[in-house]
Amino acid sequence: MERKKITIDGNEAAAYVAYNTNEVIAIYPITPSSNMGEWCDAWAAVNRKNIWGIVPSVSELQSEGGASGSVHGALQTGAITTTFTASQGLLLMIPNMFKIAGELTSTVFHVSARSVAAAALSIFGDHSDVMATRSTGFALLSSNSVQEVMDFALIAQAATLEARVPFIHFFDGFRTSHEVMKIEELTKEDMKAMLDEDLILAHRKRALTPDNPVMRGTAQNPDVYFQGRETVNPFYIACPGIVQKYMDKFAKLTGRQYHLFDYVGAPDAERVIVMMGSGSQAAEETVEYLVNKGEKIGLIKVRLYRPFSVDHFIKALPKTVKSIAVLDRTKEPGSSGEPLYLDVVNAISERYMAGELQFAYPKIVGGRYGLSSKEFTPAMVKAVFDNLLKEKPKAHFTVGIIEDVTHSSLDFDPTFSVEADETFRGKFYGLGADGTVGANKNSIKIIGEGTDYFAQGYFVYDSKKSGSTTVSHLRFGPKEIKSTYLINKAHFIACHQQVFLEQWDMLREASEGSTFLLNTKVDKEHVWDSLPEKVQKDLIDKKMKFWIIDAYKVAEETGMGGRVNTIMQTCFFAISNIFPQAKAIDLIKDSIKKTYGAKGDKIVQMNFDAVDKTLENLFKVQVPDKITSTIKMQPPVSGDAPDFVKEVTARIIAGEGDQLPVSKMPIDGTFPLSTTKWEKRNIALEVPVWDKEICIQCNKCVIVCPHAAIRAKVYEEKDLKGAPETFKYTNFKSKDYGENMLYSLQVAVEDCTGCELCVDVCPVKNKKETKLKAINMSEQLPIREQERLNWDFFLNIPELDRRKIAVSKVKDSQFLEPLFEFSGACAGCGETPYVKLVSQLFGDRTMVANATGCSSIYGGNLPTTPWAANKDGRGPAWSNSLFEDNAEFGYGFRLAIDKHNMQAKELLKSLASEIGNDLVDALINSPQKDEADIYEQRERVAALKKKLENMLKAGSNGKTSEVKHLLSLADYLVKKSVWIMGGDGWAYDIGFGGLDHVLASGKNVNILVLDTEVYSNTGGQCSKSTPRAAVAKFAAAGKPVAKKDLGLMAMTYGNVYVAKVAMGANDQHTLRAFLEAEAYDGPSLIIAYSHCIAHGINMGTAMQNQKAAVDSGYWPLYRYNPELEIEGKNPFKMDSKGLKINLKDYAYMETRYKMLTKSHPQLAEQLIKEAQDDVIRRWKEYERLAAYDPQKAEAGA
Amino acid sequence: MDITTTYLGLKLKSPIVCSAGPLSEKVSNIREMEDAGAGAVVLYSIFEEQIEHEQLELAYHTTAHSESFAEATSYFPEPFEFKLGPEEYLNHIRKAKEAVNIPIIASLNGKSIGGWTDYAKKMEQAGADALELNIYLLPSDPKKFSTEIEKTYIEIVKAVKSTVKIPIAVKMHPFFSSTSYMASQLTNAGADGLVLFNRFYQPDIDLETLDVVPNVILSTPMAMRLPLRWIAMLYGRINADLAATSGIYSAQDVLKMIMAGAKVTMMLSSLLKYGIGHIADVTTNLKAWMEEKEYESIDQMRGSMSYMNVDDPSKFERANYMKVLHSYK
Repeated sequence: MERKKITIDGNEAAAYVAYNTNEVIAIYPITPSSNMGEWCDAWAAVNRKNIWGIVPSVSELQSEGGASGSVHGALQTGAITTTFTASQGLLLMIPNMFKIAGELTSTVFHVSARSVAAAALSIFGDHSDVMATRSTGFALLSSNSVQEVMDFALIAQAATLEARVPFIHFFDGFRTSHEVMKIEELTKEDMKAMLDEDLILAHRKRALTPDNPVMRGTAQNPDVYFQGRETVNPFYIACPGIVQKYMDKFAKLTGRQYHLFDYVGAPDAERVIVMMGSGSQAAEETVEYLVNKGEKIGLIKVRLYRPFSVDHFIKALPKTVKSIAVLDRTKEPGSSGEPLYLDVVNAISERYMAGELQFAYPKIVGGRYGLSSKEFTPAMVKAVFDNLLKEKPKAHFTVGIIEDVTHSSLDFDPTFSVEADETFRGKFYGLGADGTVGANKNSIKIIGEGTDYFAQGYFVYDSKKSGSTTVSHLRFGPKEIKSTYLINKAHFIACHQQVFLEQWDMLREASEGSTFLLNTKVDKEHVWDSLPEKVQKDLIDKKMKFWIIDAYKVAEETGMGGRVNTIMQTCFFAISNIFPQAKAIDLIKDSIKKTYGAKGDKIVQMNFDAVDKTLENLFKVQVPDKITSTIKMQPPVSGDAPDFVKEVTARIIAGEGDQLPVSKMPIDGTFPLSTTKWEKRNIALEVPVWDKEICIQCNKCVIVCPHAAIRAKVYEEKDLKGAPETFKYTNFKSKDYGENMLYSLQVAVEDCTGCELCVDVCPVKNKKETKLKAINMSEQLPIREQERLNWDFFLNIPELDRRKIAVSKVKDSQFLEPLFEFSGACAGCGETPYVKLVSQLFGDRTMVANATGCSSIYGGNLPTTPWAANKDGRGPAWSNSLFEDNAEFGYGFRLAIDKHNMQAKELLKSLASEIGNDLVDALINSPQKDEADIYEQRERVAALKKKLENMLKAGSNGKTSEVKHLLSLADYLVKKSVWIMGGDGWAYDIGFGGLDHVLASGKNVNILVLDTEVYSNTGGQCSKSTPRAAVAKFAAAGKPVAKKDLGLMAMTYGNVYVAKVAMGANDQHTLRAFLEAEAYDGPSLIIAYSHCIAHGINMGTAMQNQKAAVDSGYWPLYRYNPELEIEGKNPFKMDSKGLKINLKDYAYMETRYKMLTKSHPQLAEQLIKEAQDDVIRRWKEYERLAAYDPQKAEAGA
Repeated sequence: MDITTTYLGLKLKSPIVCSAGPLSEKVSNIREMEDAGAGAVVLYSIFEEQIEHEQLELAYHTTAHSESFAEATSYFPEPFEFKLGPEEYLNHIRKAKEAVNIPIIASLNGKSIGGWTDYAKKMEQAGADALELNIYLLPSDPKKFSTEIEKTYIEIVKAVKSTVKIPIAVKMHPFFSSTSYMASQLTNAGADGLVLFNRFYQPDIDLETLDVVPNVILSTPMAMRLPLRWIAMLYGRINADLAATSGIYSAQDVLKMIMAGAKVTMMLSSLLKYGIGHIADVTTNLKAWMEEKEYESIDQMRGSMSYMNVDDPSKFERANYMKVLHSYK
């Protein structure tokens, strides 16, 4: 049967089969598996039917633990049920997995395998999560490619029903989950044919039902538990045979034959690699290449890893084998070897001991590769085979890194390549926002589905959320593509942003005679002179063909804005001659219709116009034979950077992280602060420029700046000495800090993202030209150099004495130095202004527990960190534990701080006579209510330390141990501020249990919920904070229930400070709430409205959305302060004034609400009405709370 | 007594027609209009520009940040189907047609020839009895000749006329150098009716915020003087039905307009002010007046006070203005 060829990624392939062959699907977002749930939710939202003609029930849970619980329940109730997850998510499912397996329940979990966080989190692929489930009793089936993902998803589903052993079907995160590949699509008939109806009925028959009641999940004692556990043995013995049976059945249907262990290579191979996952593809490609050259080598691709069939494994090995290298994509510190290695050793050993090994006992070594999607290339495969040639092959080796500490790594030759010449290889460098990746996904679909070629696309993103760079790797050709690694010898390189040429040596990867396409504003006659020297050299030396286009111009003329995607795609097809030009244009236009058809005729037409206009603007440039340029590549950081930044951070920034040896890495994940300032990203085309003449010095621009790139200082005239000529200043309009003080507002133009929030909130208009404000956007490039000098000068102006600053006013608070700067957050981020505010107000004595999510990524993703220390070396100490435990993690901080403080006080008392009673009393009794108190306490601590050190020198009067301990604890006598921060996914969903517990603890912690109302970091999935009527992923048909009122829930404890804030609506209120929350000696909860790109809004004016949210009553501002109750007052204070606008007037400013009116108009109408009712109902509830008069209530009682 | 009339070849039970505006966004209101005695309803205007803007906005915001970050290759669920064209409006036409028996006139405000003709065809297919084209090309470019702008008007009318079989009316504005000439040109291009006149969004300035702000003010009875004159001037001199709109509040206003030559009189501001039931009051008063003055039908009085039928047509012309000023003093 002819099946449809489609070009999709691994996640979609798995989701396709899972959706079609399940009745209940429980989901929860986690990278890189989220897309599987998203597909299923989106299909269910349009009532797509599966193979049984039903729409599966797709439900999001509050965590992976919850998802697995619901899966367990649905399975026990007889539904064919699945879920998708990865990494920490899979670990949270483990308890239920033991249960599910113990109860012999058929199910398949689809897992895009990902690293488990250890010293650092990583979203990328390896098998450490899957390996952590080995003892659960789940079968583990590994797919190596996108085609296999689709095939094995079905084989697993078929096998589990018969075997009654539950399955994890896994594939490598990103490398397979996100790789776009041309594959053959299974039909619904295929799926029906593979699934035995009787087995489905049998599964249902085992369901718990009151119509035939039984019980499961009993508790057992030592007498029988053991025997019970052994009852499952026959099922595990039978399982491999069942899987092979369905693999054979599948082969009959589709022609694709798989085995539990597939051997490829020379029949008489002496050296064999055993491995599983996508790396097997690269290994197979290498084996084929080397076997053709006469090498006696081979590869075993492990499919069914658990239950591990020793029989099948031994049979798959060639009898000629002399040495085996087992590759594990995981690390088990302290083990005698990684899991697959140990299994292989055991298999051979057992057979040997039984006398059943039909060949001599081979040498077996194990090694690790590919952790966190580390590249695994043919060069590395060759190094592994070469190691086997040695008399004593290196055991427990690593490959792919330079391990220079215990010297485990194998050397490899990075130039070794096995790629077929006939396979086209193209690399495309783009900016996240320019649509390059989307266009390349379309291109690979066009080629895959428009030709007989095999096709593959893989996309690499950096970790920044603003101004990020993307690199697309496209391969296609007549030969099957098994190259599961990045392209390093390209036939075609496209640079979609000319500025990249000074940052990356991209032509290093160009092969001789290849083509270079550049998007540039420079014309044909002058473009050569605009290229860096290295680029010119490569173009000449490699005899490259050089094409240019001004895609910005075409985009501008055709209304495409900054999206050059369609234009660059058209250039690629025009130059590469894959199709005749006319056909290529037709295919591109077809693809545009498919991609944008749903978004309206106008969009389609705009893209058509861009295609039509492209060719007339595409030019071939004759490459001169001489280098004329003196432009050098930009160094990644300045020479003034600290050594660590120069030696480590800079190399990561430059894309050379792969070359960093182990010895350069911190051993325990500890990194220095203040490193973003070295990474001058220059991503803003336009930056704000200050008009000092009309500025009223309100500092509103400073408080909203998400990147701390606009700052104000007040200083004395003498500090102006040495100021650059263009440095701007004016008289400070207040005498609060003395007579004749000066004021400057300075922009860090190289760190600014150009979001324009500052301009939008500026309250001043120029009287002569009302379009101008006191800050206005202006081109960055012409002022870059002068402003770099001005910024450096500005930083050296002394900070105001914190003791003098009236922190309770917005204007004054913004003279506090931010200790959170230049993060990689989105331009215009709604979260970071709050985070920055914490760092300004309390940063030099703050500890931050940060839940996994956006804030942990822009806060802690390498290469650089925005958390910073002040000139005294003090600043926020930051850490991220997990997604689910952040409140508890921060609570732990508090417990330890309190304990340290208490111990220090005890020691002070016991050493009082030596230290002096006055100092001890002052240290113990300092109120530390304000900056002046804190300052004095720090002075006392310094004096104490000096005394203690002198005491040590003098022998400590027999109390050396006490003195040493007090020295180590003395800093805890200064008040510490614990901030527990994270998004709504954490606070409302996965971490809610812990958050609730910590609130109930009464301990002095400050919880900041950066409420974007979706899981922003993973792409906008619905949380319990998502408002009714808004569309989110996992709520494609609009959220049908109201947002959880977390604040109201917290208030019920009575001893929790609660505030709901929105900086864009009332910055003074926000500031007050932060100060009160921190001052309150108990748990505090601040719920902060955080606009987000996932709302589909203009980020530059997003503070207006915040204001509208408050004006509509949807986001009422309030503060609940238990201290007021002690004073006999109403603790609840409503700070919003009335319902000024309808909910619609706010909601329909945002795409998340608006899009429902276009996809489900009637439902949208109903939901927005209900949402308006929610607003009114809640408003009345708050009014009731605000009206409470404790004194009257008491009198009444 | 016969108050029936014809407009664009449609037979109407009353000369009172509901003008394009927000009231017709609800089918229940349209039903109420019929019950109150309206002769026809012109639906609220659909703006090609708005549809395009919505498409662009949605496309931008759902894709602007996609494919930039490994953990979030997109931020919105994959849309399988968006209703982004005029579908909502077309459905509204269908629903309105199902709900009432009086003619439903669709109103279209386009900006490109493609948009005009495409949407017009779809509206016809959805069941609209006629179309009202709301053309206004703001002549903001000082280098652009007036003839060029006028030509575009004519082209639009021709293009739409050649696309649909249902009658079309053009809602004119009063700012042409020669209103009469344009009226006749539009008629020659195929307009079956002319609606006099369009009231436009007039921006205002907020002195507190120094922003340009929309400030919609309902028309007052005073506003009817302008269309009254031009209907009187054009009646019988061009081959198109004339519809009066702006400032029509009372039966007297209706009578005046019909006597000037209008086939129908359109009301919106008065309905927004007094409610849809106001139509019934005006109709009652209209009939009462006709009875009192012994008019048999609307037809009988139509154009009786037009330029061609009054004793001194010059009163509708410029000299008249001078006399008015004089009499005021």
